[in-house]
Amino acid sequence: MSVITVERKVLAKNDEVAESNRALIKRNEVFAINLVSSPGSGKTSLLEKTINSIGNKVNISVIEGDVQTSLDAERVANYNVPVVSIITNGSCHLEAKLVEDALNKLDLKKTELLFIENVGNLVCPAGFDLGEAMKIVIVSTTEGDDKPLKYPKMFRNSELMIINKIDLLPYVNCDISKLKNNALSINPGLKIFEVSCTSGAGIKEWCNWLIENVKEKHKQDTQLMY
Amino acid sequence: MHELSIAKNIVEIIKESVEEKDLLSIDKVILKIGELSGVMPDSLQFSLEAISSGTELEKVNFEMMKVPFTVKCKICNNDSNNELGIVKCPVCGSNDTEIISGNELLVSEIILKN
Repeated sequence: MSVITVERKVLAKNDEVAESNRALIKRNEVFAINLVSSPGSGKTSLLEKTINSIGNKVNISVIEGDVQTSLDAERVANYNVPVVSIITNGSCHLEAKLVEDALNKLDLKKTELLFIENVGNLVCPAGFDLGEAMKIVIVSTTEGDDKPLKYPKMFRNSELMIINKIDLLPYVNCDISKLKNNALSINPGLKIFEVSCTSGAGIKEWCNWLIENVKEKHKQDTQLMY
Repeated sequence: MHELSIAKNIVEIIKESVEEKDLLSIDKVILKIGELSGVMPDSLQFSLEAISSGTELEKVNFEMMKVPFTVKCKICNNDSNNELGIVKCPVCGSNDTEIISGNELLVSEIILKN
């Protein structure tokens, strides 16, 4: 009997491609966000609201990941921003290689802010680095306040949580302070925004944060180059 | 169902780590699966069996070693096996902790029959 010691990360190949995506994104001074959530939490609605609010101030591009159909990509394209659609044909998450192909179809020189809308799923996308600057997780009030405890890896790996559908709080069984505490018990450094894509509440604060970060990212990447 | 793409990556790593002539003599592959890795061992087992069926890896036993979720407190230095994902130190109550195990997803060892 002989033993071969391997000790290799199963997703090392994905991580390598993700690092090369990250370098490409950095060279082009783009702030890239990997947007994750359950199906129906409001990823596409948030994109629509965001593009509508700051699309005239920031050059936004979108990579739309979906299991089937390009319906979300069509919704976003109505706002006159460059959109590349990735249809995963049944796969439950985006992988770095798929994003690499999509990046090649975008004009990154003309992009300041890139949203990668992942497939709606709180489990699988958590493990796959795509080369983004950060993951942002959306959770909606209709999903209940226990989501962070049920899907800890996603909330651990995100830097920001957006609580959507706060206009529905009077009608749903969701304790928002409990939701926040649950998320913070998994990730104490998590930044939190509360929004409603229907009423528009909180969208301004979220958009201001985005603009600040686009500027900051631009500054950091430029300093690195010189 | 991301276990299927993880299974494909595992098979690739095995093929890169073992010479082609030895693939048929693999007895066992030991995988380390952290509790916080987001991978279900049963589902991964099923996916591995499905994709190795009819190949030279058909007879391989895939052994999953579960790695517990452990945090180390930077204040009181205690290690704790907390409820999954919770990072607060149960000894001193500090949030200033580090996850020291539970994120693993590794091909650890390949054992050949001879």
